[in-house]
Amino acid sequence: MTTVPIQGSLDLPAAIRDQMLDHARSDVPYETCGLLGSDGQGQVRGHWPVANVDRSMTWFRMDPQDQLRAMKAMDAEDLEWSGIWHCHTHTEAFPSDTDIEQSKYWPGIVTVIVSLQDPDPIIRAYDITDGQVNERVLTVDGKDVAGSGV
Amino acid sequence: MAVTVRIPTVLRKHTDGQATVEGTGGTVTELFDDLAGRHEGLTQAITDDEGGLAGFINVYLNDEDIRFLDGPRTEVRDGDELALLPAVAGGSRRGVMAGGSG
Repeated sequence: MTTVPIQGSLDLPAAIRDQMLDHARSDVPYETCGLLGSDGQGQVRGHWPVANVDRSMTWFRMDPQDQLRAMKAMDAEDLEWSGIWHCHTHTEAFPSDTDIEQSKYWPGIVTVIVSLQDPDPIIRAYDITDGQVNERVLTVDGKDVAGSGV
Repeated sequence: MAVTVRIPTVLRKHTDGQATVEGTGGTVTELFDDLAGRHEGLTQAITDDEGGLAGFINVYLNDEDIRFLDGPRTEVRDGDELALLPAVAGGSRRGVMAGGSG
C-alpha cells in the first residue's frame, strides 16, 4: 500500500459511505464517481453520484449535467462542494499521476478514492496541493477505518 | 435585471465567497468582460490567453452547454442563468498503463 504523510481527517456518515460503495459497484469494471458536500463545520452531509461519461475501466470524466444538478442541490441545501470521489476498479485507493495532475483544477477539494481491487473495498482521502499528496485519516461515523475494509 | 452567474466553490475566491454574481452583456463574452470589471480574477481564471474559454471550464446557459450553442458568442438575455463548472476527470489510467498500482 502506498503511503504519504497524514494530515487532518475526514469523516463520512455511514449512509453516505454506503451510497458511494453502491455507486462504485454499480458499473464494474468501469470507474464511477461522485461529489460530496459539507456543512459550515466541514462535516460531509451530502453525496451525489455522477455518471462517468467516458465509461472507462481506467478513466473517469464527470457528466457535467449531473455535476450541475449536484451543484444546484448543494446551493439549495446550503452545503459547500468539498469532495470528489471516484473508484479504481483494478488498482489501489491511491491517486494516480492523472489524478494528481487533474486536481490542480479544483484546489481545496478533497480527493476520495474507492478501491474495488480486493474483495473488501477500501476508501482513502487525500489533499493534493501543487502535486503534493497528503492523506487524511478517514473515519466513518467517527470510527477509524484505516487499513481495513469499509 | 441581469444574467445570474453560478460560481463553483473552487472559483469563489474571485467573488468574495459569493455563490452567484450578476452581470450584463449581449453574449457570453460580453458578460465575462462585464464581470472582469468587478471580478477580474474570475474572468482570468475561466478564459485562455486568446480570450476563449479555458479548457477545464464548462459553461452552461440555462442548463445547455454553450459549446453546443454558439460558444462564447452565445446570446444571453436578462433573467438567464449561466453556470460555470470545472471539468472533473481523472482515474487510474497511468497506473494501469505502467503495470503498477495507483
